[in-house]
Amino acid sequence: MSETKKLHKVFWVWEYEKEERWLNEMAQEGWALKKASLCTYVFEKTEPGEYIIRVETLDNSSDFENFMEELGAESVGRCFRWGYFRRSAEQGPFDMFSDMDSRIAHLNKIGKDVKLLCLANLVIGICNTFNGTSFSWMNLLCATLLAYGLGRIRGKQDTLEEERALHE
Amino acid sequence: MENLALTESTYYILLSLYHPQHGYGIMQQTEQLSGGRVRLAAGTLYGALNALCEKGWISPLPMESGSRKKEYQLTPSGFEALKRELTRLEELVTNGRNILQEE
Repeated sequence: MSETKKLHKVFWVWEYEKEERWLNEMAQEGWALKKASLCTYVFEKTEPGEYIIRVETLDNSSDFENFMEELGAESVGRCFRWGYFRRSAEQGPFDMFSDMDSRIAHLNKIGKDVKLLCLANLVIGICNTFNGTSFSWMNLLCATLLAYGLGRIRGKQDTLEEERALHE
Repeated sequence: MENLALTESTYYILLSLYHPQHGYGIMQQTEQLSGGRVRLAAGTLYGALNALCEKGWISPLPMESGSRKKEYQLTPSGFEALKRELTRLEELVTNGRNILQEE
């Protein structure tokens, strides 16, 4: 058994690029992601840079995981809709997206989830306010935060779409 | 909709499927055909394969027992789409060459 370590860290949904960057920095230092769950990451000691880590949104079927396996990648964890994958760097570059369309589609998918969560919190928050439930402010706070996240996602989408108008 | 340009990824995926191929094969062939310029990433390829199946331009081959790799093949309508795109690309190249006076 190789040496492992467990870290807790919080990333917002719209910070998936930052999360992936952090996981790859860890892999560069010789700590490859072995297991991922809600805000908890387990790393195992490897050679520095032995693995490349990628994060992608999953749907309900296991199709995508099978597809990744075909490509030599290993699924190391799942948290809600996020799937964590790693592949040995020896197998060459390992990326999730290689064109603008798939990047925009990915942001669309995340945006949809965040929008739904935001609306749900807003509705619950408003209902609870009228019912006089004391924790309604928590839902309203969540809704505000999610609305902010949605704005961040939209911003990224707009930048890509502007570019997409000229380039592929 | 049928006259819209194909994306580079779509074009190379369809071209790679002239002979049945699995995901990894499509990636390798695309990279080879484009001299290393076009590298299909995993998520991009997965999304494109699903979209192309839905459109009926490619179809999955029945899985052989014991094999875990899904193979795809070009359908007749996929072949037509590829030919239309080739005509469109030829027009672009001819016009570009004529106007810029390059041979």
